[in-house]
Amino acid sequence: MNLRQALEIASHTDPGMVRSHNEDSVASIAEKGLVVLADGMGGYNAGEVASGMATTVITTELRQLLEDHRPHEVDPQSGRKAAMKMLQEQVAKANTSIYQAAQSQPQYAGMGTTLVVALFYDNKMMVAHIGDSRLYRLRGDAFGQVTKDHSLLQEQIDAGVLTKEQAKYSSNKNLVTRALGIDPAVEAEIHEYDTQPGDIYLLCSDGLSDMVNDEDIGMALQALGANLNLAAQQLVQMANDNGGRDNVSVILIKILREYAAGNGLVSKIFRWFR
Amino acid sequence: MAKLILSMDGLVLKEIPLSKERTTIGRKPHNDIQIDNLAVSGEHAVIVTILADSFLEDLGSTNGTFVNGKTVKKHFLQSNDVIELGKYKLKYISEGLPGAAKAADFEKTMVLRPGAMRKPPEPQPHVASGAAQGHSVSAGIGPAAGAPAAVGSPRTSGDTQIGMAAAPAAAPAAAPAPAPPVRRAMLQLLSGANAGRELELTKPLTTLGKPAVQVAVITRRPQGFFITHVEGANKPIVNGKAIELQAHALNDHDIIELAGVKVEFFFKP
Repeated sequence: MNLRQALEIASHTDPGMVRSHNEDSVASIAEKGLVVLADGMGGYNAGEVASGMATTVITTELRQLLEDHRPHEVDPQSGRKAAMKMLQEQVAKANTSIYQAAQSQPQYAGMGTTLVVALFYDNKMMVAHIGDSRLYRLRGDAFGQVTKDHSLLQEQIDAGVLTKEQAKYSSNKNLVTRALGIDPAVEAEIHEYDTQPGDIYLLCSDGLSDMVNDEDIGMALQALGANLNLAAQQLVQMANDNGGRDNVSVILIKILREYAAGNGLVSKIFRWFR
Repeated sequence: MAKLILSMDGLVLKEIPLSKERTTIGRKPHNDIQIDNLAVSGEHAVIVTILADSFLEDLGSTNGTFVNGKTVKKHFLQSNDVIELGKYKLKYISEGLPGAAKAADFEKTMVLRPGAMRKPPEPQPHVASGAAQGHSVSAGIGPAAGAPAAVGSPRTSGDTQIGMAAAPAAAPAAAPAPAPPVRRAMLQLLSGANAGRELELTKPLTTLGKPAVQVAVITRRPQGFFITHVEGANKPIVNGKAIELQAHALNDHDIIELAGVKVEFFFKP
Protein backbone atom coordinates (compact mmCIF):
# COMPACT_ATOMS: atom_id res chain seq x y z
CA MET A 1 0.00 0.00 0.00
CA ASN A 2 1.37 3.36 -1.00
CA LEU A 3 0.92 5.95 1.73
CA ARG A 4 2.12 8.91 -0.33
CA GLN A 5 -1.48 10.06 -0.81
CA ALA A 6 -2.35 9.78 2.88
CA LEU A 7 0.69 11.39 4.49
CA GLU A 8 2.44 14.66 3.88
CA ILE A 9 5.98 14.69 5.19
CA ALA A 10 8.41 17.59 5.59
CA SER A 11 11.76 17.62 7.33
CA HIS A 12 14.52 20.05 8.08
CA THR A 13 17.85 19.68 9.83
CA ASP A 14 20.36 22.35 10.75
CA PRO A 15 23.67 22.44 12.66
CA GLY A 16 22.37 25.31 14.81
CA MET A 17 24.22 28.50 15.69
CA VAL A 18 27.08 27.05 17.74
CA ARG A 19 28.09 23.67 16.37
CA SER A 20 30.24 23.37 13.31
CA HIS A 21 28.78 20.08 12.19
CA ASN A 22 25.49 18.30 12.34
CA GLU A 23 25.33 15.08 14.33
CA ASP A 24 21.61 14.68 13.73
CA SER A 25 20.28 12.51 10.97
CA VAL A 26 16.80 12.34 9.47
CA ALA A 27 15.28 10.01 6.88
CA SER A 28 11.85 9.20 5.56
CA ILE A 29 10.13 6.95 3.02
CA ALA A 30 6.81 8.56 2.24
CA GLU A 31 5.25 5.66 0.33
CA LYS A 32 6.03 3.24 3.16
CA GLY A 33 4.93 5.62 5.88
CA LEU A 34 8.30 5.53 7.65
CA VAL A 35 10.14 8.39 9.35
CA VAL A 36 13.37 8.14 11.35
CA LEU A 37 15.28 10.74 13.36
CA ALA A 38 18.51 10.21 15.29
CA ASP A 39 20.70 12.52 17.37
CA GLY A 40 24.24 11.20 17.53
CA MET A 41 26.80 11.64 20.25
CA GLY A 42 30.48 10.92 20.60
CA GLY A 43 33.73 12.67 19.87
CA TYR A 44 35.06 14.02 16.57
CA ASN A 45 32.71 12.89 13.84
CA ALA A 46 31.57 9.73 15.60
CA GLY A 47 28.20 11.22 16.54
CA GLU A 48 27.16 11.72 12.97
CA VAL A 49 28.48 8.30 12.06
CA ALA A 50 26.27 6.73 14.73
CA SER A 51 23.14 8.68 13.81
CA GLY A 52 23.77 8.12 10.11
CA MET A 53 24.14 4.38 10.64
CA ALA A 54 20.93 4.28 12.67
CA THR A 55 18.81 6.00 10.03
CA THR A 56 20.41 4.12 7.15
CA VAL A 57 20.10 0.67 8.68
CA ILE A 58 16.50 1.21 9.73
CA THR A 59 15.27 2.74 6.46
CA THR A 60 17.00 0.24 4.16
CA GLU A 61 16.01 -2.80 6.18
CA LEU A 62 12.44 -1.70 6.71
CA ARG A 63 12.03 -0.72 3.06
CA GLN A 64 12.88 -4.32 2.17
CA LEU A 65 10.70 -5.85 4.88
CA LEU A 66 7.69 -3.72 4.01
CA GLU A 67 7.79 -5.04 0.44
CA ASP A 68 6.83 -8.51 1.65
CA HIS A 69 5.27 -7.98 5.07
CA ARG A 70 2.17 -6.15 6.15
CA PRO A 71 2.78 -4.20 9.33
CA HIS A 72 -0.82 -4.44 10.61
CA GLU A 73 -0.92 -8.23 10.59
CA VAL A 74 -0.70 -10.02 13.89
CA ASP A 75 2.00 -12.59 14.26
CA PRO A 76 0.26 -15.81 15.39
CA GLN A 77 3.21 -16.93 17.51
CA SER A 78 3.83 -13.81 19.56
CA GLY A 79 0.36 -12.30 19.24
CA ARG A 80 1.94 -8.97 18.40
CA LYS A 81 1.69 -6.81 15.33
CA ALA A 82 4.25 -7.34 12.63
CA ALA A 83 5.12 -3.65 12.86
CA MET A 84 6.28 -4.06 16.43
CA LYS A 85 8.40 -7.06 15.58
CA MET A 86 9.94 -5.27 12.60
CA LEU A 87 10.83 -2.21 14.63
CA GLN A 88 12.22 -4.27 17.49
CA GLU A 89 14.41 -6.32 15.18
CA GLN A 90 15.65 -3.43 13.10
CA VAL A 91 16.43 -1.28 16.12
CA ALA A 92 18.39 -4.23 17.51
CA LYS A 93 20.20 -4.58 14.19
CA ALA A 94 21.11 -0.89 14.13
CA ASN A 95 22.30 -1.15 17.72
CA THR A 96 24.56 -4.08 16.87
CA SER A 97 26.01 -2.30 13.83
CA ILE A 98 26.85 0.84 15.77
CA TYR A 99 28.13 -1.07 18.78
CA GLN A 100 30.42 -3.24 16.66
CA ALA A 101 31.76 -0.26 14.75
CA ALA A 102 32.43 1.50 18.04
CA GLN A 103 34.23 -1.57 19.40
CA SER A 104 36.36 -2.22 16.33
CA GLN A 105 37.35 1.33 15.36
CA PRO A 106 39.12 3.34 18.03
CA GLN A 107 37.99 6.67 16.58
CA TYR A 108 34.37 5.60 17.03
CA ALA A 109 34.74 4.37 20.61
CA GLY A 110 31.85 5.39 22.80
CA MET A 111 29.67 6.70 20.00
CA GLY A 112 25.93 6.31 20.24
CA THR A 113 22.70 7.91 19.17
CA THR A 114 19.17 8.61 20.28
CA LEU A 115 16.41 7.42 18.00
CA VAL A 116 12.77 8.03 17.28
CA VAL A 117 11.00 6.07 14.54
CA ALA A 118 7.37 6.18 13.46
CA LEU A 119 5.80 3.68 11.09
CA PHE A 120 2.35 4.51 9.75
CA TYR A 121 -0.10 1.81 8.62
CA ASP A 122 -3.81 1.02 8.84
CA ASN A 123 -4.82 4.37 10.46
CA LYS A 124 -2.26 3.74 13.17
CA MET A 125 1.35 4.43 13.91
CA MET A 126 3.92 2.40 15.77
CA VAL A 127 6.46 4.58 17.55
CA ALA A 128 9.82 3.33 18.80
CA HIS A 129 12.18 5.58 20.69
CA ILE A 130 15.40 5.53 22.67
CA GLY A 131 16.80 8.54 24.50
CA ASP A 132 15.58 12.12 24.42
CA SER A 133 14.50 12.62 20.83
CA ARG A 134 10.76 13.14 20.88
CA LEU A 135 7.49 12.69 19.09
CA TYR A 136 4.74 15.26 19.60
CA ARG A 137 1.18 15.31 18.33
CA LEU A 138 -1.08 18.18 17.36
CA ARG A 139 -4.73 17.09 17.20
CA GLY A 140 -7.19 19.95 16.89
CA ASP A 141 -6.08 22.46 19.48
CA ALA A 142 -4.35 19.90 21.68
CA PHE A 143 -0.58 19.76 21.40
CA GLY A 144 1.43 17.40 23.53
CA GLN A 145 4.41 15.13 23.85
CA VAL A 146 3.74 11.49 23.02
CA THR A 147 7.07 9.88 23.85
CA LYS A 148 8.65 10.06 27.27
CA ASP A 149 12.38 10.77 27.33
CA HIS A 150 14.84 8.24 28.61
CA SER A 151 16.80 10.88 30.48
CA LEU A 152 17.98 11.71 33.96
CA LEU A 153 15.70 14.73 33.98
CA GLN A 154 12.63 12.67 33.14
CA GLU A 155 13.54 10.16 35.85
CA GLN A 156 13.86 13.00 38.33
CA ILE A 157 10.45 14.32 37.27
CA ASP A 158 8.95 10.85 37.64
CA ALA A 159 10.53 10.41 41.05
CA GLY A 160 9.10 13.74 42.18
CA VAL A 161 12.51 15.31 42.72
CA LEU A 162 11.77 18.02 40.20
CA THR A 163 8.60 19.48 38.78
CA LYS A 164 8.31 19.99 35.04
CA GLU A 165 8.64 23.72 35.63
CA GLN A 166 11.83 23.30 37.68
CA ALA A 167 13.25 20.94 35.10
CA LYS A 168 13.63 23.86 32.70
CA TYR A 169 16.32 25.28 34.98
CA SER A 170 18.17 22.05 35.61
CA SER A 171 21.82 21.91 34.65
CA ASN A 172 21.54 18.20 34.01
CA LYS A 173 19.96 18.41 30.59
CA ASN A 174 21.06 16.13 27.79
CA LEU A 175 21.89 13.17 29.97
CA VAL A 176 20.17 10.22 28.39
CA THR A 177 19.77 6.96 30.25
CA ARG A 178 19.31 4.87 27.12
CA ALA A 179 21.03 5.12 23.76
CA LEU A 180 21.58 3.12 20.62
CA GLY A 181 25.05 1.61 20.13
CA ILE A 182 26.42 2.04 23.63
CA ASP A 183 25.74 -1.44 24.95
CA PRO A 184 25.55 -4.85 23.20
CA ALA A 185 21.75 -4.80 23.53
CA VAL A 186 19.18 -2.09 24.01
CA GLU A 187 15.44 -2.11 24.36
CA ALA A 188 13.46 0.45 22.42
CA GLU A 189 10.23 1.69 23.92
CA ILE A 190 7.52 0.82 21.39
CA HIS A 191 3.87 1.83 21.46
CA GLU A 192 1.03 1.92 18.96
CA TYR A 193 -1.28 4.91 18.55
CA ASP A 194 -4.39 5.63 16.49
CA THR A 195 -4.09 8.45 14.01
CA GLN A 196 -6.80 10.76 12.68
CA PRO A 197 -6.97 12.80 9.51
CA GLY A 198 -5.78 16.32 10.33
CA ASP A 199 -3.27 15.16 12.96
CA ILE A 200 0.21 16.62 12.70
CA TYR A 201 3.10 14.66 14.19
CA LEU A 202 6.45 16.17 15.00
CA LEU A 203 9.65 14.21 15.50
CA CYS A 204 12.48 16.34 16.84
CA SER A 205 15.91 16.24 18.43
CA ASP A 206 16.55 17.95 21.77
CA GLY A 207 18.00 20.89 19.84
CA LEU A 208 14.40 21.96 19.30
CA SER A 209 12.76 20.90 22.55
CA ASP A 210 15.53 22.42 24.71
CA MET A 211 15.50 25.75 22.90
CA VAL A 212 11.80 26.31 22.22
CA ASN A 213 9.11 25.64 24.78
CA ASP A 214 6.22 23.33 23.99
CA GLU A 215 3.65 26.13 23.84
CA ASP A 216 5.57 27.93 21.12
CA ILE A 217 6.14 24.73 19.16
CA GLY A 218 2.42 23.97 19.32
CA MET A 219 1.58 27.50 18.30
CA ALA A 220 3.86 27.32 15.27
CA LEU A 221 2.29 24.03 14.17
CA GLN A 222 -1.23 25.39 14.58
CA ALA A 223 -0.43 28.56 12.70
CA LEU A 224 1.58 26.97 9.90
CA GLY A 225 0.06 23.50 9.66
CA ALA A 226 -1.26 24.38 6.21
CA ASN A 227 2.29 24.68 4.93
CA LEU A 228 4.35 21.86 6.38
CA ASN A 229 7.66 22.85 4.79
CA LEU A 230 7.36 26.35 6.14
CA ALA A 231 6.42 24.99 9.56
CA ALA A 232 9.54 22.80 9.62
CA GLN A 233 11.74 25.74 8.69
CA GLN A 234 10.02 27.98 11.19
CA LEU A 235 10.65 25.53 14.04
CA VAL A 236 14.36 25.34 13.22
CA GLN A 237 14.49 29.13 12.92
CA MET A 238 12.84 29.52 16.33
CA ALA A 239 15.44 27.24 17.91
CA ASN A 240 18.23 29.21 16.25
CA ASP A 241 16.73 32.58 17.21
CA ASN A 242 16.73 31.37 20.82
CA GLY A 243 20.43 30.59 20.66
CA GLY A 244 20.58 27.38 18.61
CA ARG A 245 23.05 25.76 20.96
CA ASP A 246 22.58 22.28 19.53
CA ASN A 247 21.84 20.70 16.18
CA VAL A 248 18.16 21.06 15.37
CA SER A 249 16.16 18.51 13.41
CA VAL A 250 12.46 18.15 12.78
CA ILE A 251 10.26 15.83 10.77
CA LEU A 252 6.60 16.75 10.35
CA ILE A 253 3.91 14.32 9.23
CA LYS A 254 0.39 15.43 8.45
CA ILE A 255 -2.37 12.84 8.10
CA LEU A 256 -4.25 13.91 4.98
CA ARG A 257 -6.83 11.12 4.87
CA GLU A 258 -7.70 7.69 6.22
CA TYR A 259 -5.40 4.88 5.20
CA ALA A 260 -7.01 1.69 6.46
CA ALA A 261 -5.24 -1.44 5.31
CA GLY A 262 -7.26 -3.68 3.01
CA ASN A 263 -8.78 -6.32 5.22
CA GLY A 264 -10.99 -9.37 4.97
CA LEU A 265 -11.87 -11.50 2.02
CA VAL A 266 -10.91 -9.22 -0.83
CA SER A 267 -7.38 -8.74 0.36
CA LYS A 268 -7.04 -12.40 1.25
CA ILE A 269 -7.98 -13.39 -2.28
CA PHE A 270 -5.74 -10.70 -3.62
CA ARG A 271 -2.84 -12.04 -1.64
CA TRP A 272 -3.64 -15.58 -2.71
CA PHE A 273 -3.15 -14.52 -6.30
CA ARG A 274 0.06 -12.67 -5.65
CA MET B 1 31.51 22.29 41.47
CA ALA B 2 28.97 24.18 43.51
CA LYS B 3 29.88 25.55 46.93
CA LEU B 4 28.36 27.07 50.03
CA ILE B 5 29.65 30.15 51.78
CA LEU B 6 28.90 30.08 55.50
CA SER B 7 28.57 33.44 57.16
CA MET B 8 27.15 35.04 60.30
CA ASP B 9 26.30 38.71 60.67
CA GLY B 10 27.92 39.40 57.31
CA LEU B 11 31.19 37.76 58.36
CA VAL B 12 32.36 34.96 56.11
CA LEU B 13 33.33 31.94 58.19
CA LYS B 14 33.95 29.16 55.76
CA GLU B 15 33.67 28.01 52.17
CA ILE B 16 32.33 24.49 51.70
CA PRO B 17 32.50 22.69 48.35
CA LEU B 18 29.54 20.40 47.63
CA SER B 19 31.69 17.44 46.70
CA LYS B 20 29.49 14.71 48.13
CA GLU B 21 26.18 13.37 46.96
CA ARG B 22 24.74 14.12 50.43
CA THR B 23 25.98 17.01 52.52
CA THR B 24 24.34 17.12 55.92
CA ILE B 25 23.93 20.25 58.00
CA GLY B 26 23.27 20.22 61.76
CA ARG B 27 24.41 20.92 65.28
CA LYS B 28 25.77 17.45 66.03
CA PRO B 29 29.43 16.77 65.19
CA HIS B 30 28.79 13.98 62.67
CA ASN B 31 27.30 16.43 60.18
CA ASP B 32 29.34 17.47 57.15
CA ILE B 33 28.61 21.06 58.01
CA GLN B 34 28.45 21.41 61.75
CA ILE B 35 26.91 24.58 63.12
CA ASP B 36 27.19 24.61 66.89
CA ASN B 37 24.28 26.81 67.74
CA LEU B 38 21.19 25.99 69.75
CA ALA B 39 18.87 27.37 67.06
CA VAL B 40 20.14 24.64 64.73
CA SER B 41 18.71 21.14 65.13
CA GLY B 42 20.92 18.11 65.59
CA GLU B 43 20.17 16.96 62.07
CA HIS B 44 18.82 20.10 60.48
CA ALA B 45 18.96 19.75 56.72
CA VAL B 46 20.65 17.93 53.88
CA ILE B 47 21.82 19.01 50.44
CA VAL B 48 21.59 16.31 47.79
CA THR B 49 23.80 16.97 44.79
CA ILE B 50 23.12 15.20 41.52
CA LEU B 51 25.80 16.12 39.00
CA ALA B 52 25.40 19.87 38.62
CA ASP B 53 22.07 20.25 40.44
CA SER B 54 21.67 20.56 44.20
CA PHE B 55 18.55 20.11 46.28
CA LEU B 56 18.08 21.30 49.83
CA GLU B 57 15.81 19.35 52.14
CA ASP B 58 14.78 20.24 55.68
CA LEU B 59 15.03 17.19 57.96
CA GLY B 60 12.15 18.18 60.22
CA SER B 61 14.18 20.79 62.10
CA THR B 62 12.68 22.59 65.07
CA ASN B 63 13.22 26.11 63.80
CA GLY B 64 12.94 25.42 60.08
CA THR B 65 15.12 26.09 57.07
CA PHE B 66 14.73 29.32 55.12
CA VAL B 67 15.79 30.08 51.57
CA ASN B 68 15.76 33.73 50.52
CA GLY B 69 13.54 34.49 53.48
CA LYS B 70 10.96 31.79 52.80
CA THR B 71 10.55 28.61 54.78
CA VAL B 72 11.17 25.49 52.67
CA LYS B 73 10.78 21.74 53.07
CA LYS B 74 12.47 20.90 49.83
CA HIS B 75 14.11 23.31 47.45
CA PHE B 76 15.92 23.14 44.11
CA LEU B 77 18.90 25.41 44.76
CA GLN B 78 19.72 28.12 42.26
CA SER B 79 22.97 30.05 42.27
CA ASN B 80 23.03 32.87 44.85
CA ASP B 81 20.25 31.37 46.95
CA VAL B 82 20.74 32.20 50.63
CA ILE B 83 19.93 29.44 53.11
CA GLU B 84 19.27 30.63 56.65
CA LEU B 85 19.53 28.50 59.76
CA GLY B 86 19.12 30.56 62.87
CA LYS B 87 21.63 33.40 62.67
CA TYR B 88 23.78 31.59 60.13
CA LYS B 89 23.62 32.11 56.41
CA LEU B 90 24.78 29.73 53.70
CA LYS B 91 25.04 31.20 50.24
CA TYR B 92 24.83 28.67 47.42
CA ILE B 93 27.09 29.36 44.46
CA SER B 94 26.87 27.15 41.41
CA GLU B 95 30.13 27.36 39.51
CA GLY B 96 31.48 25.91 36.36
CA LEU B 97 34.48 23.66 36.52
CA PRO B 98 37.73 25.21 35.42
CA GLY B 99 38.66 24.37 31.86
CA ALA B 100 37.02 26.47 29.20
CA ALA B 101 37.50 23.78 26.60
CA LYS B 102 34.68 21.85 28.17
CA ALA B 103 32.31 24.75 27.82
CA ALA B 104 31.80 24.18 24.14
CA ASP B 105 30.56 20.70 24.85
CA PHE B 106 28.05 21.40 27.51
CA GLU B 107 24.98 21.06 25.33
CA LYS B 108 26.08 17.75 23.92
CA THR B 109 23.88 14.81 24.58
CA MET B 110 25.65 12.26 26.72
CA VAL B 111 24.78 8.81 27.91
CA LEU B 112 24.38 8.35 31.59
CA ARG B 113 25.23 4.83 32.56
CA PRO B 114 24.09 3.21 35.76
CA GLY B 115 26.52 3.91 38.56
CA ALA B 116 28.04 6.92 36.88
CA MET B 117 26.24 9.32 39.15
CA ARG B 118 27.86 8.08 42.33
CA LYS B 119 31.39 8.44 41.10
CA PRO B 120 33.16 11.69 41.71
CA PRO B 121 33.49 13.78 38.60
CA GLU B 122 36.98 12.63 37.72
CA PRO B 123 38.05 11.42 34.31
CA GLN B 124 36.49 8.06 33.65
CA PRO B 125 37.05 5.81 30.71
CA HIS B 126 33.51 6.19 29.47
CA VAL B 127 31.26 8.87 28.12
CA ALA B 128 29.46 9.68 31.31
CA SER B 129 32.30 11.50 32.98
CA GLY B 130 32.56 13.97 30.17
CA ALA B 131 28.95 14.64 30.77
CA ALA B 132 29.38 15.36 34.41
CA GLN B 133 32.19 17.80 33.82
CA GLY B 134 30.98 19.37 30.69
CA HIS B 135 27.62 19.98 32.18
CA SER B 136 28.61 21.64 35.34
CA VAL B 137 30.26 24.32 33.25
CA SER B 138 26.94 25.35 31.95
CA ALA B 139 24.77 26.10 34.93
CA GLY B 140 22.54 26.91 32.02
CA ILE B 141 19.93 28.75 33.93
CA GLY B 142 18.01 30.93 31.58
CA PRO B 143 16.22 34.08 32.48
CA ALA B 144 12.93 33.68 34.22
CA ALA B 145 10.56 32.05 31.83
CA GLY B 146 6.97 32.90 31.40
CA ALA B 147 4.51 30.71 33.17
CA PRO B 148 3.20 27.88 31.06
CA ALA B 149 0.20 29.09 29.24
CA ALA B 150 -2.81 27.04 28.43
CA VAL B 151 -2.87 26.37 24.74
CA GLY B 152 -6.18 26.32 23.02
CA SER B 153 -8.28 29.30 22.26
CA PRO B 154 -11.45 28.86 20.28
CA ARG B 155 -10.80 29.30 16.63
CA THR B 156 -13.64 30.68 14.64
CA SER B 157 -13.06 29.98 11.02
CA GLY B 158 -14.44 31.75 8.05
CA ASP B 159 -14.21 35.37 8.92
CA THR B 160 -11.00 37.28 8.57
CA GLN B 161 -9.07 36.99 11.77
CA ILE B 162 -5.95 38.24 13.31
CA GLY B 163 -3.96 36.18 15.71
CA MET B 164 -5.57 32.79 15.52
CA ALA B 165 -2.64 31.07 17.10
CA ALA B 166 -3.37 30.34 20.72
CA ALA B 167 -1.30 30.89 23.86
CA PRO B 168 0.21 34.13 24.95
CA ALA B 169 3.87 34.52 24.17
CA ALA B 170 6.05 33.04 26.85
CA ALA B 171 9.74 33.71 26.99
CA PRO B 172 11.62 30.68 25.71
CA ALA B 173 12.66 28.75 28.75
CA ALA B 174 16.00 27.61 27.54
CA ALA B 175 17.23 30.87 26.09
CA PRO B 176 20.77 31.33 27.32
CA ALA B 177 20.75 35.08 26.98
CA PRO B 178 17.71 37.15 26.22
CA ALA B 179 17.63 38.15 22.59
CA PRO B 180 18.24 41.82 21.99
CA PRO B 181 14.93 43.53 22.54
CA VAL B 182 12.88 43.81 19.42
CA ARG B 183 10.91 47.00 19.06
CA ARG B 184 7.25 46.56 19.82
CA ALA B 185 5.09 46.53 16.77
CA MET B 186 1.38 46.88 16.02
CA LEU B 187 -1.06 46.10 13.26
CA GLN B 188 -4.02 48.28 12.48
CA LEU B 189 -6.89 47.18 10.29
CA LEU B 190 -7.53 49.77 7.62
CA SER B 191 -10.55 48.19 5.93
CA GLY B 192 -13.33 45.72 6.60
CA ALA B 193 -15.87 45.56 9.39
CA ASN B 194 -13.27 45.99 12.12
CA ALA B 195 -11.44 48.92 10.51
CA GLY B 196 -9.50 50.90 13.06
CA ARG B 197 -8.88 47.97 15.36
CA GLU B 198 -5.31 47.57 16.57
CA LEU B 199 -3.36 44.54 17.62
CA GLU B 200 0.05 44.37 19.21
CA LEU B 201 2.33 41.70 17.79
CA THR B 202 3.39 40.12 21.07
CA LYS B 203 3.60 36.52 19.96
CA PRO B 204 6.44 34.85 18.11
CA LEU B 205 3.92 34.07 15.38
CA THR B 206 0.76 35.85 14.33
CA THR B 207 -1.32 34.49 11.50
CA LEU B 208 -3.45 36.67 9.26
CA GLY B 209 -6.12 35.80 6.72
CA LYS B 210 -8.72 33.19 6.10
CA PRO B 211 -7.84 29.51 6.49
CA ALA B 212 -7.95 27.61 3.20
CA VAL B 213 -8.24 30.90 1.26
CA GLN B 214 -5.19 32.95 2.04
CA VAL B 215 -3.03 32.87 5.13
CA ALA B 216 0.18 34.68 5.96
CA VAL B 217 2.19 34.72 9.14
CA ILE B 218 4.11 37.51 10.82
CA THR B 219 7.06 36.21 12.81
CA ARG B 220 8.77 38.17 15.53
CA ARG B 221 12.50 37.49 15.44
CA PRO B 222 15.54 39.07 17.06
CA GLN B 223 16.23 40.78 13.74
CA GLY B 224 12.73 42.28 13.50
CA PHE B 225 9.36 41.33 12.05
CA PHE B 226 8.87 39.28 8.91
CA ILE B 227 5.84 38.32 6.88
CA THR B 228 5.71 34.94 5.10
CA HIS B 229 3.14 33.40 2.78
CA VAL B 230 1.58 30.24 4.28
CA GLU B 231 -1.24 29.10 2.01
CA GLY B 232 -3.54 30.21 -0.78
CA ALA B 233 -3.06 30.97 -4.46
CA ASN B 234 -2.23 34.63 -3.86
CA LYS B 235 0.70 35.96 -1.94
CA PRO B 236 0.24 38.85 0.45
CA ILE B 237 0.83 42.30 -1.03
CA VAL B 238 3.15 44.66 0.82
CA ASN B 239 3.09 48.29 -0.31
CA GLY B 240 1.38 47.33 -3.55
CA LYS B 241 3.77 44.51 -4.46
CA ALA B 242 3.24 40.79 -3.93
CA ILE B 243 5.97 39.29 -1.74
CA GLU B 244 8.21 36.44 -2.81
CA LEU B 245 8.09 32.96 -1.27
CA GLN B 246 10.68 33.72 1.36
CA ALA B 247 10.15 35.81 4.47
CA HIS B 248 9.78 39.53 3.80
CA ALA B 249 11.10 42.01 6.37
CA LEU B 250 8.50 44.52 7.50
CA ASN B 251 9.27 48.21 7.84
CA ASP B 252 7.49 50.92 9.75
CA HIS B 253 4.16 51.88 8.12
CA ASP B 254 4.16 49.07 5.57
CA ILE B 255 0.68 48.39 4.18
CA ILE B 256 -0.21 44.70 3.94
CA GLU B 257 -3.09 43.45 1.81
CA LEU B 258 -4.38 39.93 2.00
CA ALA B 259 -7.70 38.12 1.77
CA GLY B 260 -9.29 41.43 0.79
CA VAL B 261 -8.24 43.27 3.93
CA LYS B 262 -5.75 46.07 4.33
CA VAL B 263 -3.58 46.25 7.43
CA GLU B 264 -0.91 48.72 8.43
CA PHE B 265 2.22 47.57 10.23
CA PHE B 266 3.97 50.08 12.46
CA PHE B 267 6.40 50.19 15.33
CA LYS B 268 5.11 51.40 18.64
CA PRO B 269 6.42 54.84 19.36
